[in-house]
Amino acid sequence: MTKSILLVGVGGQGTILISKILSEGLAQMGYDVKMSEIHGMSQRGGSVTTQVKYGEKVYAPNIGVGEADLIISSEKSETLRALSYLKKGGAIITDDHEIYPMPVLTGAASYPHDAIEQLSAVVPNVRTVRAGAVAGSLGNVRAQNIVLLGALVKSMGLTGVDWEELVARYVPAKAKDLNLAAFRAGFEM
Amino acid sequence: MSKVIMTGNEAVARGAYEAGCYVAAAYPGTPSTEILENVGEHYSADIYSQWACNEKVAAEIVSGASIGGARALCAMKHVGMNVAMDPIFTMAYAGVNGGLVIVTADDPGCHSSQNEQDNRLYAPHAKLAMLEPSDSEECKEFTKAAFALSERFDIPVLLRMTTRVCHSKGLVELEERENVPVRKYERRADKFAMLPAVARVRHMIREESLADMENYSNACSYNRVENTGGSKVGVITSGISYQYAKEVFGDTVNYLKLGLTFPLPRNLIREFAARMDTLYIIEENEPYLENAVRAMGFACIGKDKIPVCGELNTEIVRRCLLGDSSGAGYEVSAQAPARPPVMCAGCPHRGFFYTVSKNLKKVVSAGDIGCYALGINEPLNGFDYSICMGAGLSSIIGLAKALELQGDSRKALGMVGDSTFFHSGMNSLVDVVSADANVIACVLDNSITAMTGHQQNPGTARNLMGLPSPQVDLVTLIRATGIGEDRIRVVDPMDLEALQAAIDAGLAVTGPFVIVTKSPCALLKEVIKANAGKHCVIHSDRCKGCKMCMKVACPAIAFENGKAVIADVASCNGCGLCKQMCKFDAIERIGE
Repeated sequence: MTKSILLVGVGGQGTILISKILSEGLAQMGYDVKMSEIHGMSQRGGSVTTQVKYGEKVYAPNIGVGEADLIISSEKSETLRALSYLKKGGAIITDDHEIYPMPVLTGAASYPHDAIEQLSAVVPNVRTVRAGAVAGSLGNVRAQNIVLLGALVKSMGLTGVDWEELVARYVPAKAKDLNLAAFRAGFEM
Repeated sequence: MSKVIMTGNEAVARGAYEAGCYVAAAYPGTPSTEILENVGEHYSADIYSQWACNEKVAAEIVSGASIGGARALCAMKHVGMNVAMDPIFTMAYAGVNGGLVIVTADDPGCHSSQNEQDNRLYAPHAKLAMLEPSDSEECKEFTKAAFALSERFDIPVLLRMTTRVCHSKGLVELEERENVPVRKYERRADKFAMLPAVARVRHMIREESLADMENYSNACSYNRVENTGGSKVGVITSGISYQYAKEVFGDTVNYLKLGLTFPLPRNLIREFAARMDTLYIIEENEPYLENAVRAMGFACIGKDKIPVCGELNTEIVRRCLLGDSSGAGYEVSAQAPARPPVMCAGCPHRGFFYTVSKNLKKVVSAGDIGCYALGINEPLNGFDYSICMGAGLSSIIGLAKALELQGDSRKALGMVGDSTFFHSGMNSLVDVVSADANVIACVLDNSITAMTGHQQNPGTARNLMGLPSPQVDLVTLIRATGIGEDRIRVVDPMDLEALQAAIDAGLAVTGPFVIVTKSPCALLKEVIKANAGKHCVIHSDRCKGCKMCMKVACPAIAFENGKAVIADVASCNGCGLCKQMCKFDAIERIGE
């Protein structure tokens, strides 16, 4: 059975990095894995989406509307934007972190502060993980993505892989200890 | 050998390495950029690689390598291929000496492009052989096959990718590099000197070889039938669409999975189609396969159900072909606000666009392709239109005439970046000067090819293989047009006063005027290092809430409780543009 994970966030939050670590770990577990990312203009503060699918045999690398088993999000309005991709019965893990896009900064649009309440009203399985806050308390909010990775690995039951070794391999050497602490914090939440 | 997880682009680079490629060239363009980046980063010991100043130059560099006997590859995004088609059409008549592979990375869905043209149509038009990989493993396998087929059939081979193939990762089995010696160069004017007498002969030879190659196409392993006992439903597909088809139909139907899609295996298609009661053609964008199938007299279901516009996915294929929309997900009433990409905090283009936006009663502004395309967005509204690489400087020649003809006194102002200037803006500027056009031509030099992720260009003094290289000075090139020193201003775009003075000088004269803005991209490593610890603070006791600082549209500034604040201190690099906007001295630069 193929599992589909949609990872969303804002350019600069490290969504692509944790997708790479996740894909590598899933390959080590012996799964067929495909990961799809769209980058280019999204590097400049736009929405970022990556998609990871794994199972015995994976064909399409991307996820259509109503096909994701899990949405993992580092920004709550992005969770809202991604909602239609969630499968009926699927789960959401989201940070309650807010990053205001330019139309909100200029007052042309309003920010949905109650996004998580709205989501929780229709999706039975919504979990809020304050990954940004946890990463901040560990020393740098930039480790937010790795906190989320820890939470994701735990929730999908992806054991049998040395995730900490993978995290250490993919993050900058000087940020290794911080990121390992971030991974453990996310895993134990 | 081991299996590793790779993007399609990484796998093409690996395939070129394993195939014994010796020369590779490209101009950066999403989604193709990482092919040459990977060649430069990982395989420089075996492959000479370079960024060319445009796609035509890249195609000519590898054409020369092929004529000289070395296996060679060039890569480009789909619209880049429009630039490169002049040499490619002719090389298709000439054929090759060393294998010649041209990679086109198409962008269905326009994820980061100005159109979603389907470059499969170039293969029959130019008479190139074409391979279409559907995942990373095939990207590597087909790249190697492309080199072999190029030499076997004496033809350049088009490797046609799409964004979803380029930027998706899958498992790839690595192999060793083949030992393919460079073929001896011999003068072959009868083949490569494409004068009319040669071209007429080569055209006939090409038609004959395509007929030969079609026989191969009917029998090769790249075009395969996957039969399912009992079913009379068939799917003909290629590239990424094969993956969508397999996920929708699984093992319930028969497939004709096409990898070598020009010349098309018409006998194979005929045999397959004749056995089916229902025939689906599943492909993105143009009905390339469908038209061929219909031309053979077979009824099929294709673009009557599947949209021509946009990228496909499994949900769209399922809904369009099976009428199955049961997969619909959840809905809530709240809407996520749009999150358009924006110029980064500290981006030097911001100073340019703010100043241009203040002059829109005096100029009509034309944009171009690059990070500065983001200057179109509210509240800057920094230009009116953009077409393609280089048009920012050439289209204003015609625009100026049209404005003059209708008595519009505004002056045409156009722009290109440094990389776009080297790409084709140079030619445009030569015409601006020689036509004595009444325009302001701006070159926004941020010392890098930024939008595609920081590739070197002729002005950056470093090459793709990481080595120092001679620096081509763009201001010297501009002076060489003979425009005259009094018609050139080189300014720092973050100095709003100096930039306005330059625009005023341009408006004061009739005829061409050039403004070069020089300030490096804020994300360059050395710039980040130089700005470490610097940022702005807004003193709330002095902030009057006038929102003047918001007019530069910096993502680091937010407006909370009636006051402006630096909400994202981590991304603020203390550029001080907001400080220049503040009339109440409320903004201070810290860390200098």
